[in-house]
Amino acid sequence: MFGVMRLTNTAQGDFIILGAYAAIASLGAVALSPWVIAALLLPLAFAFGYGLQRQVLNSTLGRDPLPSLVVTFGLSIVIQNLLLQLFSADPRSIETEGFNTQSISLPGSISVGMLPLAILAFAVAATAALQWLFNRTQLGRAFRAVSDDKEIAELMGLNAHHVYALATAVAFVLIALAGALQAMRTTVSPSDGPLLLLFAFEAVIIGGMGSFWGTLVGALLLGITQQIGFRIDPGWGIWFGHIVFLAVLLVRPQGLFPKTRG
Amino acid sequence: MTPLLEAKGLTAFYGDAQALFGIDFQLTAGEMVAVIGANGAGKSTFMKAVTGLVKTQADGIRFQGDRIGGLPPGEIVKRGIALVPEGRRLFPSLSVEENLAVGGFSKRPGPWSVERLFKLFPILAQKRAQPATSLSGGQQQMVAIGRALMSNPTLLLCDELSLGLAPIIIKEIYDALPAICAEGMTVVIVEQDVALAQQVSQRIYCFQEGRVSLQGRSGELTREQISQAYFGISAEEAPHT
Repeated sequence: MFGVMRLTNTAQGDFIILGAYAAIASLGAVALSPWVIAALLLPLAFAFGYGLQRQVLNSTLGRDPLPSLVVTFGLSIVIQNLLLQLFSADPRSIETEGFNTQSISLPGSISVGMLPLAILAFAVAATAALQWLFNRTQLGRAFRAVSDDKEIAELMGLNAHHVYALATAVAFVLIALAGALQAMRTTVSPSDGPLLLLFAFEAVIIGGMGSFWGTLVGALLLGITQQIGFRIDPGWGIWFGHIVFLAVLLVRPQGLFPKTRG
Repeated sequence: MTPLLEAKGLTAFYGDAQALFGIDFQLTAGEMVAVIGANGAGKSTFMKAVTGLVKTQADGIRFQGDRIGGLPPGEIVKRGIALVPEGRRLFPSLSVEENLAVGGFSKRPGPWSVERLFKLFPILAQKRAQPATSLSGGQQQMVAIGRALMSNPTLLLCDELSLGLAPIIIKEIYDALPAICAEGMTVVIVEQDVALAQQVSQRIYCFQEGRVSLQGRSGELTREQISQAYFGISAEEAPHT
């Protein structure tokens, strides 16, 4: 969303948690596999993202970044309180019928969890799909053209508000996927969103702005660093991640794999 | 006969600042018309007003008899008006070929395609995969012209094609215009080089401080008339144009 329309969505983490609760609530209502529920949520998330951008966020865009920051910050508060009201503060998760405890054994007494492996596969596939969408499709060209020069793109017949809404719709598909996987991996509670947003910002900055693969590498680096921290001491994981983030900001503020533009 | 483009009492504003003060302008299909004037005369604003980039009154402009004032740019390009903007303004994230492809987004039927443009500007075919803004100024101008032609317009507006280019490149760019006009296209060029404007156009409009200060057939206007209209001073006092 930031890459296409310079909109910083400070409710990103809360929307992920909203997606997680949507999956949890759906599983409570219909007896389907969590994977089927997650798949069914994706088109709904696409439509939700499109509608949110068209009806709310488009009117916040302009030279001044403050309106979009304030509106998405407001949405963050609304989502947290709505989830608190509907689901209470109790942590919840998605039961994956034992998949989250399965693992495969590698030589050297190493076990790799099936669910983390599946999440990695989803992340790689989503990154590859985004890269293909942006670089190889007509929609991707439209995203890049509107991002480069909205006025001239409109002169070519592109409807910038429609293109922005499609970009947000794509972002919300990923948000819903992240939410469902997050609830499978661990427990979620209504106030978890801001921490996820912080991790997302750190991953983007470590990886380099505007680079999908860079962001994936940034997220992997952040996750691995946090796990090393947790291994040393259960209270050290999060700030170990922050240290890596600050180190990248100091040594290579453009990130590890910044996008190069002509 | 209905004019292809007609502006009557056209006004335009940037916020509270008025940039155009009642422009009257007529264009017949198939013509090549030049708009000349000093910096700040309102030439580019007029181009932006015609293409919907600057808001104007609804009845200020008619194209093929239809009111187009106040329509969004996307709607105007679909009706057959394309602009080569001042400073080219290519999309830096897109390759040469992608820039051209975005130009064809309105999907108007017509003779122009990416391959046809590569025949008009062969150098672009060799650089089709390069980022458009990595090309030389002249080549970028070719991409900008090609991008506008990709919408198969009836009316092509060219804003300062020669800006910042070497004379030999300007000649190369202007040499391509007859091939474009041969497709029955009507062309308006904004040009600060008065001699060049007189040479390539059939009629000239001169703008001064947001108003039309002179109009006439290019070959019939005298240096004295143009100097008076361009600078508001006589030819003897004016710098060489």
